[in-house]
Amino acid sequence: MNTPTPSTSRPESLAPENAVIEIAKSGTHGTLGALADPSSHAHVCDLTGFIPADTRRMLERMIRIRLAEECIAMHVKSGEIKCPCHLGIGQEATAVGTCFRLSNKDRCFGAHRSHSHYLALNAPLDGLMCEVLGKEDGCSKGMGGSMHIISKEHGLYGTVPIVGATIPIAVGAGLALKHAKTDGVAVSFLGDGACEEGVFHESLNLASAHNVPVIFVVENNLFSSHLHISLRQPDDRIARFAEAHHIKHQTIDGNDVTHVTKVMDTALKKAREERKPFLIEAVTYRWRGHVGHREDNDVGVARSKDLAIWKQRDPIKRLSESILAENHMTKDEVETLWDEIRNEVTCSWENAETADFPKHSSLLDRVWCSSE
Amino acid sequence: MSNTSNTVDYGSAIREGFAYLLSQHDDVIAFGQGLWSPWYVGNSMTNLDVEFGKDRVIDSPVSELACTGASLGAALCGLKPVVIHPRVDFFVLAIDQLVNQAAKWNHMFGGDEKVPLTVRAIINRGGEQGAQHSQSLASWFAHIPGLRVVMPSTPTDARDLLIAGVLCNDPVLYIDDRWCYDREEELAPVCELDLTKEGPQRRREGSDLTLVGYSYCAWQCEQAAEELAHQGIECDVFDLRVLNPLHLDDIFSSVSKTGKLVIAEGDWGPCGIGSEVIAKCAEHGVVFTEPPIRLSLPDCPAPTSRPLEEAYYLSVIDIVDSANTLFKVDCIEK
Repeated sequence: MNTPTPSTSRPESLAPENAVIEIAKSGTHGTLGALADPSSHAHVCDLTGFIPADTRRMLERMIRIRLAEECIAMHVKSGEIKCPCHLGIGQEATAVGTCFRLSNKDRCFGAHRSHSHYLALNAPLDGLMCEVLGKEDGCSKGMGGSMHIISKEHGLYGTVPIVGATIPIAVGAGLALKHAKTDGVAVSFLGDGACEEGVFHESLNLASAHNVPVIFVVENNLFSSHLHISLRQPDDRIARFAEAHHIKHQTIDGNDVTHVTKVMDTALKKAREERKPFLIEAVTYRWRGHVGHREDNDVGVARSKDLAIWKQRDPIKRLSESILAENHMTKDEVETLWDEIRNEVTCSWENAETADFPKHSSLLDRVWCSSE
Repeated sequence: MSNTSNTVDYGSAIREGFAYLLSQHDDVIAFGQGLWSPWYVGNSMTNLDVEFGKDRVIDSPVSELACTGASLGAALCGLKPVVIHPRVDFFVLAIDQLVNQAAKWNHMFGGDEKVPLTVRAIINRGGEQGAQHSQSLASWFAHIPGLRVVMPSTPTDARDLLIAGVLCNDPVLYIDDRWCYDREEELAPVCELDLTKEGPQRRREGSDLTLVGYSYCAWQCEQAAEELAHQGIECDVFDLRVLNPLHLDDIFSSVSKTGKLVIAEGDWGPCGIGSEVIAKCAEHGVVFTEPPIRLSLPDCPAPTSRPLEEAYYLSVIDIVDSANTLFKVDCIEK
């Protein structure tokens, strides 16, 4: 490649525009190195320390997320689902691994792309399917849609699409848990784009200065909407922000579910026992566009070449192969699991299709928490 | 501080409200900038950290947005936090957490949520502080469904509406004005009010003119009514107290009786509370015998230079003079 002419409109700390796009395509910009390289990290998962019941549960949850979101994608395409749906297909291992040891004493907060967190916490599929259709039986009674989902009995205390908004809310949840003298922890799920919001810095500073038991789970999928991280930040490694705030952190392959689980164990120990924050940066990749069902709707930077390679890092395939290699399940058992969940998703969708919408008369019912 | 043992000033009354909340309700915490400072928030929180502990009265980093968000998160997880912003102007940095998040949380998550968050923001104007140390912005916030907006004008309300706001399960914005801090009155024992039942209160009864204000302007309206009484004009004076939701039944009755309305506010006029009161009176079919008068700030940011500042803010005399214009004919006849 010829040396490109630097654009005068770009800060000097960023690479020249053409170079950046080339780097974005190859996925190797910045200090993440191989973690961001789609041709790397396609190995199987290390199952050491996990019994077959654990790995089966991990596989089941990842498959449920995959198939539920594929079902949602299909009905976004058909027009049956109108609300904006941001799908996390390809990122299942981060959600399942980080949620694996959480319980309902913990308080999780998500963002616009949080179906995976909801399902990873084992919240009911019916509640999600009804919610994306705006039905009364939805997890938010049809008032939230895909971007506002909740299931407090499973530890999910709310997800919202204002980028970065739940980061300080999770810190406050951690403060409340500390005040209540429980060993519960707060978990904030956020993406690499949210790290460009000022409130991310404010929240890390607050959590560190006040020793708040909160775990920041940054799903670094390298893209914010259509724009690669190399075009938005001077480095692709988010954990540098944790360093600046003296927060323990680990940057990991977010598509390796057992590794994510083990690192979350370390983070949980820090938060539960020492009441201190932790930041996990899980490098992953979403297979669909920023919003909607399509793979190729992200204009600006070509993703298609990388996407094909990233699919070799498929978190479900990697766990399945490990499970078979370690004899945690047989091939037939894995196939049966897929069939069972496929059936569950179909039933759940059909149930949601026939469920009732909220009544017109309920429009003003939920403005106030106290009765008016 | 108070002059005698019987009266308490507005700033001390706020402190009494906090002391009551912190002593009677273990789930109340106060969080914000300047809470361990002897001067940052006037006399309204002096030594509360010493009395109730620095883990419940927490001086915060200079992070309005994160601290407001963290207070919301704590409210969603069992506490009743009050986040304190020593100036409304700086609170603007945190609006997402109140307007996009707290005010909508219950609605967008299906109606079973409790959001007992109180944001206390202080108007600290005058003294040549200028455009970014002076604003009320109350009407912005009163526009938002799901957010209760409270602006006390008396020491009793400063204490009791604070307590009611903190104990309410809705998000509440409580705005106090440092110009009220010297106002004194005797305080009855604390009464835990239900904020959903609170609204405008009549401060003085009269049949010639309805005078409406809130916060510092409600106090000015009471002073103007005294002067007008000397001139033979008897005013029905109302203090709005709660700007959202706005309950105006008593004011409709009053204006129906007097036919005349002057509303005074320490905020800009367009799309303001005064506009809302007049619009609601009109919609209700109230008949004005004279066109209603809105007294508000000139449509410009607060100036710094002293003579401009004097021209900018509303005085009791301005209210008296405006009221008098409604009685020109009557005065001539008399």
